[in-house]
Amino acid sequence: MAEKFDAIVVGAGPSGNAAAYTLAKSGLKVLQIERGEYPGSKNVQGAILYADALERIIPDFRDDAPLERHIIEQRMWVLDDDSFVGTHYRSDGFNKPPYNRYTIIRAQFDKWFSGKVQQAGALLICETTVTDLLMDGPRVVGVRTDREGGSIYADVVILADGVNSVLARKAGFRPELDPGDVALAVKEIHFMPEEVVESRFNVADGAGVVIEMFGKITQGMMGTGFLYTNKDSITVGVGCMLSDFKAQQCSPYKLLEEMKAHPSIRPLLEGGEMKEYCAHLIPEGGYKAMPQLYGEGWMIVGDSGMFVNAVHREGSNLAMTTGRIAAETVIEVLAAGKACTAGNLSRYRAKLDDSFVMKDLKKYRELPGIFHRNPQFFTDYPELLNRAAHTMLKVDGIDKKTKEREIRRTFTRKRSLFGLMGDAFKLWRAFE
Amino acid sequence: MHIVVCIKQVPDSAQIRVHPVTNTIMRQGVPAIVNPYDLFSLEEALRLKDRFGGRVTVLTMGPPQAEAALRKCVSFGADEAILVTDRAFAGADTLATSYALAAAIRKIGENEAVDLVFCGKQTIDGDTAQVGPGIAKRLELQLLTYVSQVDDLDLAQRAIRVQRRAEGGVQVLQTTLPCLITMLEGTNEMRFASMDNMFRAARAEVRVWNREQAGIEDVARIGLKGSPTVVSKVFAPKAKEQKAEMIETESDQPRDIALTVVGKLFTQHAKLRGGLAKKLA
Ligand SMILES: Cc1cc2nc3c(=O)[nH]c(=O)nc-3n(C[C@H](O)[C@H](O)[C@H](O)COP(=O)(O)OP(=O)(O)OC[C@H]3O[C@@H](n4cnc5c(N)ncnc54)[C@H](O)[C@@H]3O)c2cc1C
Ligand SMILES: Cc1cc2nc3c(=O)[nH]c(=O)nc-3n(C[C@H](O)[C@H](O)[C@H](O)COP(=O)(O)OP(=O)(O)OC[C@H]3O[C@@H](n4cnc5c(N)ncnc54)[C@H](O)[C@@H]3O)c2cc1C
Repeated sequence: MAEKFDAIVVGAGPSGNAAAYTLAKSGLKVLQIERGEYPGSKNVQGAILYADALERIIPDFRDDAPLERHIIEQRMWVLDDDSFVGTHYRSDGFNKPPYNRYTIIRAQFDKWFSGKVQQAGALLICETTVTDLLMDGPRVVGVRTDREGGSIYADVVILADGVNSVLARKAGFRPELDPGDVALAVKEIHFMPEEVVESRFNVADGAGVVIEMFGKITQGMMGTGFLYTNKDSITVGVGCMLSDFKAQQCSPYKLLEEMKAHPSIRPLLEGGEMKEYCAHLIPEGGYKAMPQLYGEGWMIVGDSGMFVNAVHREGSNLAMTTGRIAAETVIEVLAAGKACTAGNLSRYRAKLDDSFVMKDLKKYRELPGIFHRNPQFFTDYPELLNRAAHTMLKVDGIDKKTKEREIRRTFTRKRSLFGLMGDAFKLWRAFE
Repeated sequence: MHIVVCIKQVPDSAQIRVHPVTNTIMRQGVPAIVNPYDLFSLEEALRLKDRFGGRVTVLTMGPPQAEAALRKCVSFGADEAILVTDRAFAGADTLATSYALAAAIRKIGENEAVDLVFCGKQTIDGDTAQVGPGIAKRLELQLLTYVSQVDDLDLAQRAIRVQRRAEGGVQVLQTTLPCLITMLEGTNEMRFASMDNMFRAARAEVRVWNREQAGIEDVARIGLKGSPTVVSKVFAPKAKEQKAEMIETESDQPRDIALTVVGKLFTQHAKLRGGLAKKLA
């Protein structure tokens, strides 16, 4: 048939849905191709949804989106083997609508989002894998799928195919993934009655809690753990750099098992029934690992373009924002009667540079490298911090001044004064 | 030639879990699929269409969501899809289901006579295997069950010859059209839909019939009212307390382990050995 569309979007995750929705809403003829059985079928369960990014696409999403709980409290834990030092930030400001962050179950959310995309007029074809980009010289003119008669043409192809992006690699738009630039995350969902979730986390009326964790739980590898409350379940997981898993020959499953057994975490999951387990890659190379983002007839959005802010665990919002901005660029180019050449699509990059997406990623560009070269941030410091807390809080007849001296001594014993200052400086530079 | 294929949307039983405490079957969140047995019948119908020409209509009775299952069948190559849906059908047993489906098929036949009806051998959720025969009886169709192969179809003579799996052998049966066939599983493999058909399915207009449109007047014979059978409880049987046997091996070499295990199997199940030997010969 060799049908022609204005745009083809590969993938129906948050980035692809944002792009397809925005394009279709403006009246363009859009085809979206997803290899999973349905949108969400291949996506990891349980995540944080940042309202702002979605609000800019579907302002009234709260009316019918499947949202679990709105987050009113964020805990940050630094863990040693059997303790943690942490902060809690809880605000009634976060407990007033419109809420700012929600927990969601991705399988349900992606399905809902896809429904909106189809209502907007995009044609969705599932269970179909895009195997190649159709080229005419240097120009991408369409896609080839794994089905008979599978060539389809379009003015522009938007790659929203996720972290692996076989397509971008095959076409030479992106290099092979470097194991030092991707994290492997595993997570589980534990079901328990709604009342148990609410009493255990001291919340009510659909409010929820997020716990971000780092320290000994990653056994010296660069990574973090997390725990979110859903309506009647809890998502718990841990992720570390793929290169670290390889080097330490550690299995992610075992790491999560051990993390769940931590005396501060175990009671939170007590009595829950584990229903789903999944592993997925997260691109964490940040700004420095970002590939070329557009070219003759093509654009890259979401994870496939490495748009993840690992420090703040933001991914889906960057995915939606890049999807929306890519679509808006295409709409402008086509409305002006122009072709989707690299020159005309370069506005995409300019708009991204102007948005929080690039500003944030640029800000933290040094962090992945620093953490990677300095494993003490995940081992020695959490231990020292916890020991210091223990020393200070234990009442045993020793005066506080002596305790302080003791703490200082353990710090410098573990790490030279010079090293400590260097670490502080590195962090300051990276977060500045 | 006009073929009607009855399909049912069922929960993917591979993904149904049993609640550890209450021992009840948990159906929420389980994805819905086309009853796998129905795909063997649909594929056979599509092959007949490829060989002899004609049209294939897929039919289901179910909730509005069942439309997705019909669309899937269109992507495989069915020409038209009809969803019979009405609150009045809720709670149907096999008697009421076959009554409603028979009425709908009669209605379909008013536009274009139906030569063949296909049903799955059984479903993976109800498992009764009664609906096909129920429809055949009501429409006075010849009934061919457990068919492994359609040998020949003579549209001029209105004759069909099939192979039917029976205990201990294969029957070759010939009968006249119109007839109803249920295919044995594993007899063919569903084709991989072409891109054209994927587009057609995504854009297809599924026809939706309510009770009246399906030509059903007697409400006492459908839904809960028309259903003498009631499923009062569904539960998973408790696992048997059977002792596991530890098998010791000489070494931990894979070959050694395999030989020991196979040897053990053969001593405990002598029949198996004979069967396998025959197969290998
Ligand atoms: C454990 C874990 C926890 C996370 N937690 C959070 C969180 O709390 N908050 C947050 O904002 N982000 C989180 N993220 C990140 C977030 O999931 C991603 O950034 C986001 O899903 C990216 O969206 P995407 O659309 O770019 O890619 P994806 O969601 O990966 O979607 C890509 C889609 O493309 C399809 N596809 C791929 N190749 C092809 C092909 N060749 N043909 C057709 N289809 C194809 C795939 O099937 C898939 O559906 C987390 C990630 C992980 C792994
Ligand atoms: C766990 C469970 C147990 C049940 N036990 C009984 C029981 O013991 N007795 C009883 O009367 N009912 C029973 N039912 C209800 C029964 O499943 C439904 O009445 C159903 O509509 C038809 O029965 P079946 O699924 O067994 O189909 P089967 O008779 O096994 O199906 C054979 C073929 O008929 C066709 N077909 C069946 N249903 C439809 C449909 N809705 N639309 C189109 N084609 C269809 C398909 O081609 C299918 O492959 C049970 C249901 C469940 C979920």
